[in-house]
Order: sequence, then C-alpha cells, then structure tokens
Amino acid sequence: MSLSELLRMLVYVVGVMAFVGLNAAYLVLAERKGAGRFQRRPGPTEVGYAGWLQPVADGVKLLCKQLIVPPGADAALFRLAPLLVMIPAMMSLAVIPFSETLVGRNINVGLVFVFAFGAINVMAVMLSGWASRNKYAIISAARVVSQDVAYEIPMLLVVITMLMATGTMNLHEIVQQQAGWFWHWNLFRLDLNPLMPVTFIIFFTCMLAETNRAPFDMAEAESELVAGAFTEYAGMGFGVFFMAEYANIVVGCAMTTLLFLGGWQSPFGVGSGVIWFLLKMYAVVFTVIWVRWTFPRTQFYNLLNLSWKILIPLSLFTLILTAVMMKVLRA
Amino acid sequence: MSAPEVIPASDKPCETFVLNVGPQHPATHGVLRLKLTMDGEYIMRAEPVCGYIHRMHEKMGENRTWAQFLPNTGRIDYLAAMAYNHAYVAAVERAAKIAVPPRAEYIRVITTELNRISSHLVWFGAFLLDLGGFTPLLYAFDDREQILDMLEAVTGSRLTYCYYRFGGVCNDVDADFIRGCRDFVARLRPRLKMYRTLVTDNIILRKRLEGIGFISQEMCRKYGATGPVIRGSGVAYDVRKIEPYSVYREFDFDIPTFPEGDCMARYLVRMEEMAQSLRIIEQAVDKLPDGPVLSSGVPRVLKPPAGDYCFAVEAARGRFLVRIVSDNKEIPYRVRLRTPCFSNLSLFEEATAGMMLPDALAVLGSLDLVIPDIDR
Amino acid sequence: MVDYAGRGFHLNVCVWPDRVVAAAELLDRNGFALDAVTGMDWIAENEMEVVYDYFHPADSCRVVVRTRVPRSKPEVPTISQVYPGANWHERETHEFFGIVFLGHPNLTPLLLPEDATYHPLRKDFVA
Repeated sequence: MSLSELLRMLVYVVGVMAFVGLNAAYLVLAERKGAGRFQRRPGPTEVGYAGWLQPVADGVKLLCKQLIVPPGADAALFRLAPLLVMIPAMMSLAVIPFSETLVGRNINVGLVFVFAFGAINVMAVMLSGWASRNKYAIISAARVVSQDVAYEIPMLLVVITMLMATGTMNLHEIVQQQAGWFWHWNLFRLDLNPLMPVTFIIFFTCMLAETNRAPFDMAEAESELVAGAFTEYAGMGFGVFFMAEYANIVVGCAMTTLLFLGGWQSPFGVGSGVIWFLLKMYAVVFTVIWVRWTFPRTQFYNLLNLSWKILIPLSLFTLILTAVMMKVLRA
Repeated sequence: MSAPEVIPASDKPCETFVLNVGPQHPATHGVLRLKLTMDGEYIMRAEPVCGYIHRMHEKMGENRTWAQFLPNTGRIDYLAAMAYNHAYVAAVERAAKIAVPPRAEYIRVITTELNRISSHLVWFGAFLLDLGGFTPLLYAFDDREQILDMLEAVTGSRLTYCYYRFGGVCNDVDADFIRGCRDFVARLRPRLKMYRTLVTDNIILRKRLEGIGFISQEMCRKYGATGPVIRGSGVAYDVRKIEPYSVYREFDFDIPTFPEGDCMARYLVRMEEMAQSLRIIEQAVDKLPDGPVLSSGVPRVLKPPAGDYCFAVEAARGRFLVRIVSDNKEIPYRVRLRTPCFSNLSLFEEATAGMMLPDALAVLGSLDLVIPDIDR
Repeated sequence: MVDYAGRGFHLNVCVWPDRVVAAAELLDRNGFALDAVTGMDWIAENEMEVVYDYFHPADSCRVVVRTRVPRSKPEVPTISQVYPGANWHERETHEFFGIVFLGHPNLTPLLLPEDATYHPLRKDFVA
C-alpha cells in the first residue's frame, strides 16, 4: 500500500468519524428544534447563538459524568455494548458513496456489507440489556431481538428485490443506473416493478423499526420501560448509545437515498454532486423526525403483526412480481 | 377489533418475576407504585401500592374550623379543585341551611366546567404521553393555559383553587372573564375537531386502545367506579343528571356514553365531555343572572346543627362525595372524602390480569388517576 | 327514609353488625353500586360506627347502611366477597379506626406505612 493510499484512508477514517460525530450532535439539536416547532415552542435557544452550542454543552455534561456500572452487572459486556452499537454504523459509512468520487472504499458487495454491519446493532442492544442486570432492560432486550428479526426479513426481501432489479450489489453502480431526470430514480422505475413506491414504503418502515425510532421505539419506550436497555447507562455510555442511534439513522437514510432516491444524482439530469446526496438524505432524516413527533408508539404485538402479517407477504409479493417482470420483459 | 391478549391457560407452574413500576416511573404520574407479578411481558397480578403521598386530610378536617378546611379540598385532586371545593362548600351549606344566590351558582357551574375541561386536557396530554406521543401534551397545555389565565384572574390561583365560600363565591366575575369564556368556547371547538383528526383517528392510537382493557358494567358497579370509567362501559351515570345539584337542571347537555368498555371508549367519553362542558359554559354565560355573589346571612362562626350530611358532585374523574358529621361545634366531628380515583384504581387488579405491560399502562392512563386523590 | 335535600341521601338504615352482609347482598341484588365504606368514632358513647354508602347507577337513590359496634371489640364481617370494591375501603377503615373486618382477605394498611399500628382517626389518638 502506497503512502498516498494510506494517507487517503486515514483522512477518510477521520472524516467519517467527524461526520458521524457532528451528525449525531447536530441531529440531536435538529430533532430538538424540530420537535419544538412541531409542538409550538422554540426548542433550545440559550447556549450559543440560537442554541447552536447546545450539543457541545450536552456532550461536555455527559463527559463529566461518572460511568457507573451497576453492582452485579457484567462489567465487560456492559462497557462493550455502546462500542458495538457505534462501530458498525461507522463501518457502514466507509462504503456509502457520497458522490461519484467521495467514497471510502468502493467495493462490489457494498449492499451486503452495510446490512451485515447493520445486523450487529441488534446484538449490541441485546448485550446492553443483558449486561445491565435490570428487569426493564431485559424486557427491552427481548423486545429488540424479536422486533429486529421481524423487520430484518421484509427489509432484506426488499433489498433482494432491488438487487434483482438493478443487477448489482455495488452501491456506486446502483446510483449510476439512476442517472438522468428524477423519473429514473428507482422509486419511480415502475417498469422494473409496478409496486416500487410500495417497496419504498416497506423499506422506510423497516428502516424506522431497525433503528428503533418512534413509532417503533419498543426498546426505549420511556413510558413503559423507563429507558429500556439503556436504563442503567450513565454519562458517555448513554451518550454513545444516543449518538449511535443518530448514526444509524444517517446510515438508514443514506441507504434509502442510494437505493431509491438516486443518491447523488440531480433530479434534473445536470449538476449532480454531493450536495444532492446530502439534501435527499437530510430530507429523509427530517421525515424520520417528523414521524416521531407526530405518532404515538405502537403496541408490541401490533408491531409484530404489522411485520409478519403485512410487510413480509407484501415484500414477498413484490419480489415475485419483480422476478416475473424481469422474466417477461427481458425475455 | 382485536381481543385483548390473554395468557393461554397452563397448568404447569411458570417462572414469574416481580416488576416494580413506581413509585417513580414515567407512567405512574406521581407516586403510585404497581407491584407487577410478570410472566415474561404478561402480567399475572398487578397490585397497586398506594399511600406515598398520604396527607390525612380527613384528620386535618377534625382539627380546624369548617372554613379552614376549605383550602384542603383544593389539594385533593389538584387538577379538578373546583369540583372538590364545590362538594365541600355545598355539604356545609346543606348542613347549615345557607342559601346561595343564583349568580353564585352560575359562576360555580362555569368555573367548575372550565376546570373540568382543563383537567381533561391534562389527561389527554398525559395519556398520549403514556402511549408514546409527546406532541399532543403541548397542544393540550396550550389550550389549558387560557383556562388557567382566566381562572387566575378571577380566583387568584392557577391550580389549587379556593374560590367558593359558604353561601357563594368570594369574587364576582368581570366582563373580561365573560368575554374570555366566549372566546375560549370559540377557540376550543375547532381545536377539538383537530384533536379528532390528528390524534383520535390515528390508526396507531386506535389499534392500541380498541379492545384493550375491557371493564364491564358489572365490574364498575361492584367496585364503585364512576365518572368516565363507568360511562365508558355504557352506563349513563353522571351525578349532574342523576342527583342534579346547583343549577345543572337548567342546562341542556348530554351524558356521553360508549358501550365498548375499552380504553378507547373511556378516551372518547372524555373527549366528548369537553364538548359538552363547552355547551354548558356557553349556556351559563348567556343566562348568567345579576345579583350578589355571596349570601349575606352567613354567620362568622359556623356551627351546623348536629347530624351527618352528604353532598356528591361529578368531579372530572367521577363521583366525589363529602360526608360531614357535625356535633354543633366550630370544627367538624368528621369529614369523610370519598374520592373517585380510589374506587377507579381498585378495579385495576381485576381489569389487567393476563394483560401485557404496555396495555396495562394504557389502562392505567385511561383511568385518569391523580395520585393525591387516591392517597388523600 | 330521610329528606334528600336536607341530608344528601334517601334511605338511612341502621342494622346489627351481623346483618351488614345480608344488607349488602340485598342491595347488590337490586343493582346498587358501592360508594364507600367508612368509620366513625363515637367516643362519648364508647362505640364505633361503620357506614356503608351505596348509590344506584341508574336511579337517583342513595342508601346509607350503618352499624354500631362497641369500641372494645370493633368487629364487623366483611362485605368484600359481595362487593370486591369494599376490599380497599375496609382496609382503609381498618387502618384509620382499628375496626376489624372479619373474613377480609388482606387487612393490611393501604395508605399508612405497612408497619403502622396506630389508628389516626380514633378520637383518642395522639400523634
């Protein structure tokens, strides 16, 4: 490996970490500001200009707090769990192409790579619940596992559908296929699959569930389980979980953008670039925040019913439909 | 409508654990503690443990004069203090045979109904908070703020009112208040419509509440549950209609009932009750007679004739009964406060057996408990 | 029968302590709901009174059933098998007045601390 290659890697690692950290910090602020607006109040305004330094203040406060490991808890796992949530999200960003050229590693199995790392999230939350030695945390851990298993299936079925439609697992190529006007985006490619918008909604719903966001935030469910798996965490242990949640949202929204909304492609055929990717991604992030502050939480069995009885059959149907379409149209 | 989930009957003993919900828990709104014996996420037995803010109002009543006990009544159910004031004041008036001028009765009705709406708005927000929706709380508080401002201008306090006096009320209302009432009625009606489309008709909410936490009429009767709980089971029991007090006879209003007996029914009852309270306020403001607001013939030192006297009112959470026993002295011999939340909570154990934890907390929210009202 | 407007209830019944269950069953058959159970300490007469309030969910009819027991042996049979709602009311009356409800399934303090042995609403109670 040449020196320039090494340097590039280093820059990229630092870049991703900064991106994740800043995103986590400022998405929290965006969420609080957004929630404030949804609720007819201003949100944080005191720290810095219009509250812009609030995340810094929050971060410093969390860093100053003692990291408490509850007595009787499994100390090693308890400390490991926050890292296990954070690292996969960062790893995923290594293969996500922000633009034609801005990508950590353009690998051929980028799609699989992201979802493989995404699956670690479940284990980490389960570990934190188990290691906390807290009844609320255990209930939460059990919920997380059944929820994520239930939603992993329709999500991956959708991914397979997309894989069949695009014919590649390389994220770069997937985006390149969507070049041109916005009707070339996969979301509107009804020739590949007439149910593409439905597929998109399934994917978005599963993404919400996988990242444990409201209305599917069974793991936290603060009015039932106090804070679920994170009940016993203090200081930065909790902070890392919090950041990881936002990092996962960023990854999820980035994947939504790449798979369905044409990645960095401009909707008008000209002027493609990183700006479009970010615009689209943050629009999806905003929708995620919007949904959270509008809907109440689902009940757990309704959540599982939704997945097993509606989303899985639907996604299977779109999968078969895509296969038939491909066979009929391309034959 | 999905049937409530029930544990499949099994004859082999299963391993259970005890989950302590409270006394500090986000869902218990105060210091109620639930001792849940759980099998996984299913509740085998839910035992409420009360008394964390027990203040022994009844003993306090035996240690102060009739009038001195009045502020205590506003601190039992702090969200619906007016109705509690009303019950106590009216019980003493009944004992001492004090007549109340009509204007005072109308003002009592208006303020009580405003207070009922503000109490229901708090419930609405807090209930949605229990269900994981944070935004309605702030919308509800926004509306409630207007009521609090209006009542503050008249009564001097925003929460624990002590506005009624034996023989009337302590301050007359002014034109601002009357205008405020009309404005508020005009404001809240479209807001209630918005709550309907924004919150009530949300499929997630409906799925969470419909068919959950069935409480039968029989159970209400056996436990003495009243208020929106019994009306949510289809019984049109409302003290304002069944034992009409004050000037409620003169108003045209309905008692909303929903026969389903589930959390959704109790939810809809309260939402509909706000609309009915608006109707009462509107009529009362139109009919408000002139005249004094405080009866002039009330003795400074009150010594009601010996005997026991009851007065029941429809508070925001149900039937509130005051029983006073007088032995013709300056201080009561006994003050008994029968609070609605006490009875409403007592059926919780039976209603939630075999239920899942989030459903049980939805039931808890739908009972609309104010903990000081239980513990007194 | 008493004057409702003057007292706040329609029917006032005094029964012997051993008849409260029968009275509760009679009212239960007639569709009455339990309002409250409470005590009263008549220290001058050296007696304790237990007051049962009933209301009817459909009719305007309030019934008060009273019974008196000696202060030295305040024992009344429980009505919690007829009205499960009486369970808590009787627990409360027991802790406040020391009236024992015979046959009650769980006569532990409800509002007072679980180790409370005093009965604060007795007139001879000193804190």
